Amino acid sequence: MGWAIAVHGGAGDIPLSLPPEKRLPREAGLRRCLDVGIAALKAHNHPLDVVELVVRELENNPHFNAGKGSVLTTSGTVEMEACIMDGKTMKCGAVSGVSTVVNAISLARLVMDKTPHIYLAFDGAEAFAREQGLETVEMSHFITPENIERLKQAQEADRVQLDYTQPIPKEVPKEAAVADGDSQIGTVGCVAVDSEGSLATATSTGGIVNKMVGRIGDTPIIGAGTYANHLCAISATGRGEAIIRGTIARDVAAVMEFKGLSLKEAAAYVINQVPRGNAGLIAVSSTGEVTMPFNTTGMFRACATEDGYSEIAIWDSPTK
Amino acid sequence: MGAWAIAVHGGAGVDPNLPKERQEEAKRLLTRCLDIGISALRSNLPAIDVVELVVRELETDPLFNSGRGSALTEKGTVEMEASIMDGPKRRCGAVSGLTTVKNPVSLARLVMEKSPHSYLAFSGAEEFAKKQGVEMVDNEYFITEDNVGMLKLAKEANSILFDYRIPAVGTCGAGAAMDSPLQMNGLPISVYAPETVGCVVVDKQGRCAAATSTGGLMNKMSGRIGDSPLIGSGTYASELCGVSCTGEGEAIIRSTLAREVSAVMEYKGLNLHEAVDYVIKNRLDEGKAGLIAVSKDGEVACGFNTTGMFRGCATEDGFMEVGVW
Repeated sequence: MGWAIAVHGGAGDIPLSLPPEKRLPREAGLRRCLDVGIAALKAHNHPLDVVELVVRELENNPHFNAGKGSVLTTSGTVEMEACIMDGKTMKCGAVSGVSTVVNAISLARLVMDKTPHIYLAFDGAEAFAREQGLETVEMSHFITPENIERLKQAQEADRVQLDYTQPIPKEVPKEAAVADGDSQIGTVGCVAVDSEGSLATATSTGGIVNKMVGRIGDTPIIGAGTYANHLCAISATGRGEAIIRGTIARDVAAVMEFKGLSLKEAAAYVINQVPRGNAGLIAVSSTGEVTMPFNTTGMFRACATEDGYSEIAIWDSPTK
Repeated sequence: MGAWAIAVHGGAGVDPNLPKERQEEAKRLLTRCLDIGISALRSNLPAIDVVELVVRELETDPLFNSGRGSALTEKGTVEMEASIMDGPKRRCGAVSGLTTVKNPVSLARLVMEKSPHSYLAFSGAEEFAKKQGVEMVDNEYFITEDNVGMLKLAKEANSILFDYRIPAVGTCGAGAAMDSPLQMNGLPISVYAPETVGCVVVDKQGRCAAATSTGGLMNKMSGRIGDSPLIGSGTYASELCGVSCTGEGEAIIRSTLAREVSAVMEYKGLNLHEAVDYVIKNRLDEGKAGLIAVSKDGEVACGFNTTGMFRGCATEDGFMEVGVW
């Protein structure tokens, strides 16, 4: 036993030919966030504080699809969502449709701590943020040139089917793999466990490129993109619709509990149930194990355990 | 060819002092909804159509907390949410923050079938509704006098109110309305067990479906989303079963209650009744909730740890039951 932490910056069709100028800043971002998390765990911060801290860092980093750097809706706006859960108490907080709050994950935390509710969205969430004195900015703060470009390309390619008159086969890829191959359908997340076995998870995202205004993905849905209990903490990423249907995060814990599988086995089992190319997740167990399986081309990820092991990777790594 | 089964609910958590007339009214509505569902099943409509049809009926009737008759937000407005799930392939659709859509469950169905997404909310959902040409009405349509009175009481008590629809007569105000105040989420507010509505169905082909619809908590913060539109929490359907939950939203979310029923069937090999019992006994802790469920084999079950749940169920062999306690 010992502490363990994992972070992710999104799973998806990350091309092996990803140019250095796109790869290096993200690797550096993951490394920095991992270090921030490790330092916090070593300083005996509660895992809930650790995951919030790390996800705030990821949100502030414009290279990931959360907070600043969020992908844009079909109207060119930003609608962010986030979710946090405490494995010990099973308390949770979630927000959606946030457009001016600098750190959506912190707003989710406040929903958990300061309201009798679990989930606030859109105007109600924004009003609550102001009541709580959270830092808010103009929406333009979150919008980056890369994302304006991504939206443009997605709309030109019309990858997200917007013709409502035809039934949409949900198996058809929805995310916009933009021309330069940089398909950032990611989300960011962090899971952590301390040496006492207390677990926590946090996930944050801008959603998918060219999404309909008002679209909610898997991130804020407890049991889909985010879940923690006394056994493990999970943060998932990939195609929201597939993760919701598969109740991915919940299933990892359920499979551990009901089938007696280990964390690694349970996580692999759950990912294998999802159609190829759709999902990835990071997970830690109460006994300090960590696993980061994915069935997409790649997943921006990093992890570390108290015994000194650490890893930063994007594509398949020999040790899973 | 299997046998069909259907269950409906109008909320878990009933005031022990609920006037007899109210109980009878509720039972009549549940019976009517069961009849609608049974008729549809006999005409071979697929499960997914039946659950939508029945929940529309529940939304249209002002008695329970969904569609017309929805609980009010702290602003005195109505914000409705719903979700629907089709067991085969586990397709799903959900909506939240609806203010002018006459039948939220039908919009949830359209999200599932006509949009590239699974969940739409607030203005985006309303926009989608307009484009789909669904019936839209003023927010006032959904607001009933009863609920305006309830909201007033809730505000006076500065709490989220247990909705048992006792008419607000007399001068005692909040005191009279709260005979047995209970705790929720460790914070000093009364338990509000919303009369969320739901329906689960398995058709003759063994296809399961589930749908849930609600106005949410009385006096809720605008923008608050509960368990009803969350797949895995308030609603779930798989190849094995269909489940719809009601009660303390936060407890249902935390325990991913609807998914749990299917998970213990899948991973522990329990049958429907065992699964429902297990989940109600072991997953709710201090939380108060109830659920209805059907299995692909034509079984129907319900479970609740609250004082009562408005429910009804029927199976093809002629069994039919409507109950409150």
